[in-house]
Amino acid sequence: MEFFHEPKIDWMGKAKYFATLSLCLLLIGAVAAIRHHGLHYGIDFKGGTMVIVRFSSAPPIGRIRSALDAAGLKNNEVTSSSDISNANSRNDVMIRVEQNGEGEDALNAAKQTILTALEKNFGTPSSSKPDFNAVAVPDLANYLTRRDPLLLQTSAGDRYTQLAQALIAARDRDHGGILTNFNQLNGVEGANSAVIAALNDGFSLNTFSVLNAQVVGPTVGAQLRRQAILATLYALAGMLIYVAFRFEWIYGSAAVIAVFHDVLITLGFFCLFYDKFEISLTVIAALLTLVGYSMNDTIVIFDRVRENLRLMRREPLPVIINRSINQTLSRTILTSGLTFLTVFLLFVFGGQVLRSFSFAMVVGVVIGTYSSFGIAAPIVVIWNKWRGQGATVPVASSAEKRAEKRLATARR
Amino acid sequence: MDSNLKWKAIFILAVVVICLYGLFGFPSFPTSWAQVTGNFQNRMQLGLDLRGGSHLVLQVQVQEAVTNHTDQIYDALQDQLHKQNITTGEIRELNGTQILIRNVPPASTGALQALVQNQFPDFTMSQAAGEQNGFLLTMRASVIADIEQQTMDQSLETIRRRISGLGLKEPNVAPTGRGQDEILVELPGEGDPTRAKQIIQAGGQLKFQLVLDDNPYPSEAAALATHGGVLPLGSELIPGKIESAGGQSGGQGWYLLNRSPVVTGADLRHATPGPDGNQPGFYQVNFSVSNEAAKRLGPFTGANVGHRMAVVLDGQVQSDPVIEAQINDQGYIEGNFTQQQAEDLSEILNAGALPASIRYLEERTIGPSLGADSIREGVQASVASLIAVWIFLVVYYRLSGINAVVALLLNLVILIAFMAISGSTLTLPGIAGVVLTIGMGVDSNVLVFERIREELRNGKANASAVDVGFDKAFLTIIDTHITTLVSAAFLFLFGSGPVKGFAITLTIGLLANLFTSVYVSRVIFDWHLSRMNREAELSI
Repeated sequence: MEFFHEPKIDWMGKAKYFATLSLCLLLIGAVAAIRHHGLHYGIDFKGGTMVIVRFSSAPPIGRIRSALDAAGLKNNEVTSSSDISNANSRNDVMIRVEQNGEGEDALNAAKQTILTALEKNFGTPSSSKPDFNAVAVPDLANYLTRRDPLLLQTSAGDRYTQLAQALIAARDRDHGGILTNFNQLNGVEGANSAVIAALNDGFSLNTFSVLNAQVVGPTVGAQLRRQAILATLYALAGMLIYVAFRFEWIYGSAAVIAVFHDVLITLGFFCLFYDKFEISLTVIAALLTLVGYSMNDTIVIFDRVRENLRLMRREPLPVIINRSINQTLSRTILTSGLTFLTVFLLFVFGGQVLRSFSFAMVVGVVIGTYSSFGIAAPIVVIWNKWRGQGATVPVASSAEKRAEKRLATARR
Repeated sequence: MDSNLKWKAIFILAVVVICLYGLFGFPSFPTSWAQVTGNFQNRMQLGLDLRGGSHLVLQVQVQEAVTNHTDQIYDALQDQLHKQNITTGEIRELNGTQILIRNVPPASTGALQALVQNQFPDFTMSQAAGEQNGFLLTMRASVIADIEQQTMDQSLETIRRRISGLGLKEPNVAPTGRGQDEILVELPGEGDPTRAKQIIQAGGQLKFQLVLDDNPYPSEAAALATHGGVLPLGSELIPGKIESAGGQSGGQGWYLLNRSPVVTGADLRHATPGPDGNQPGFYQVNFSVSNEAAKRLGPFTGANVGHRMAVVLDGQVQSDPVIEAQINDQGYIEGNFTQQQAEDLSEILNAGALPASIRYLEERTIGPSLGADSIREGVQASVASLIAVWIFLVVYYRLSGINAVVALLLNLVILIAFMAISGSTLTLPGIAGVVLTIGMGVDSNVLVFERIREELRNGKANASAVDVGFDKAFLTIIDTHITTLVSAAFLFLFGSGPVKGFAITLTIGLLANLFTSVYVSRVIFDWHLSRMNREAELSI
């Protein structure tokens, strides 16, 4: 099977359109960024408190908000964070509080305040029993051992630990981490009516359960941000040097500019969908992935250019580059198509935690593929034209050049 | 099959067997399916973001320990000056590391210099700027670094001991990269870290001090007024709850205590919780002290029968029982504790005091159900996309597509096995690394196959088309892989936790990919070519 057979498209002739397209995309991103006063940093980079809570029934978002307001958390943000691919998540709510007052201690306090406010408004009224939806295996095992509902006494061994594990697993796996009634545990192996009665006796069931709570201090946020940017810049510099060494420095620069262009446009898309996606540490990993991917794509084309320059010494550079892009087009379409398929499936089915990550990848794969022929290759052509040597350029790698020079010296 | 090819095949098979053994063969060779999955789960370390748990980053206030040292030196210095009859003007701590001595008579300068040199070698003495006859004692940088290092080591040790008392599975306590004073605490499976946080943060400074005035004062001012505005020498005021007759607490009060403690937390041998002898329903902490401390405690309590002794925990008086008889090495601390509080306090006392206070910088708690969700969804999506890619490759490249599928599968096996064997942790950003690895694996195969097709179109025979195709694609593959490896190396060197995880997975994946898509895939092609008819069409 084959999609097409070496097309004859004049890519470099369309460089103007590519430039316009890229400028438009960058401009849209810039406008969106200005409109929202910059990037939508998650609490990883900004500092703050975030709590994701799962309710057992449709969450009363208005009431949550007023409960938080009453608790003194004015700048709160309560959004539904359900996920189409996960049936359990339909009642999830994300609560975010920005930094409230100075220092790290204020942040720790914010988390406590959120939990206390939720407990007060949605907890089991006037119950001092611990919440079964929040209990961990060791505590549950301790309780069961103490109560001994199976009357095992000294022969219990780790039977109750196993039972506790099974009960918690049933809660988390079969009921999405939240029970409304202890009888939901009826089918669990080893959980007879005595066990369930004991649970009923010792635990309450809150109508919510905390899935995820994150508190990041402002100094850590700033550090993480700085470190992520630095690591990325160093990585780019490293790639620039390697490509410059293997090809010529203009190829390295063109590849790095193209990658930079991809990152900027992807960030622009994040600004465009400001309310949907935020920049977290995982998104940084996605941006790094996209840097690697886009670089890979560009190098494949440049590699072909290098090879063709040796074969077609008389042809002008734009022709050679066109030919190289066309020769590798089949591979480009295949690889990009398959990678796109992968990240698209991840975007749709990968769950809420991976959503921002896969969004960056979906945008990045398309832009990264485009920038190889739309940005990196034209930069090389324009540079050579500007140098006035548009026709034949000796593009041997600097390593090869050194070898040739040595050879020449040896001959002499 | 020629022998060269045979050896290559054996080598590949050996790699596969080692990988599979690394994944499923530990700790004991599996004999049942349950053992296979059990071994796999044991080997594969999941990050907290995937299995649920708490991740805390805390900062040890190391400068407190430095300031404490300066405080001690400050006291000792005044003491020595007094003893050696060196009179000076005001002596003052400037910041945590400097002591200013003003108006030193020129005649005493030499004596002061000798004193500092001999008794306080941790400090250097210099003329204070803008001060006639004033001197500045500054702590040496090496001493500061030592104290900070010691404080960190001791804090790590103490926190480790405290956490191990919580009975969690595989907690992790380690210094973390961002500064010299940060500690990472990972508590897998802990749904709510509030209790753990309190136990970690508790100071744990325990002191037993003699009570000088039997009745506590309602305020500091009241205490001062009683003593004519100045506290008696060697005494200090410590706040604490006042116990009234019925064991009910009666609000905050101030106790006048002897400044030097009889026994401190460092003298404790062991502490255990137990029911409160005087308050039914409440708990107390029973303790025993070391032999050496018992030698001090016995005579002291014997001489002070009828007086009160205060139990001071982290600057708060917990209780001030009357000494009824000589106490040798046993005692208890009461304070209307619940069972849990008594258990926690015993744990804290047994683990020892923190040398400096700590602050939390970062706290992330992933509930176990969210962790389970992300694993399930992440794995489902990855498997779905992998299968889609495989189907496409087979449809598009026919028999050669199967070759690519084998190479990709092997790539994945090597990657996961290497992570398992080396004990690397798989995190969400790590999964990102896996995705990029698969992407580049597909790319390498596609590059090779497209090249072979090109050579076939140019009229080359099967064997030489495969040969040239691999050779030419190899250069490209090397370039793309090394570029990405270079960036991964920088990310590993300069990145923080999650970025590092990404870099590790990526590096292993790329190396595995070089092996599978270049070496393994080539061997499969050669094997296929050696078996097929020379004239037949290559299925690609």
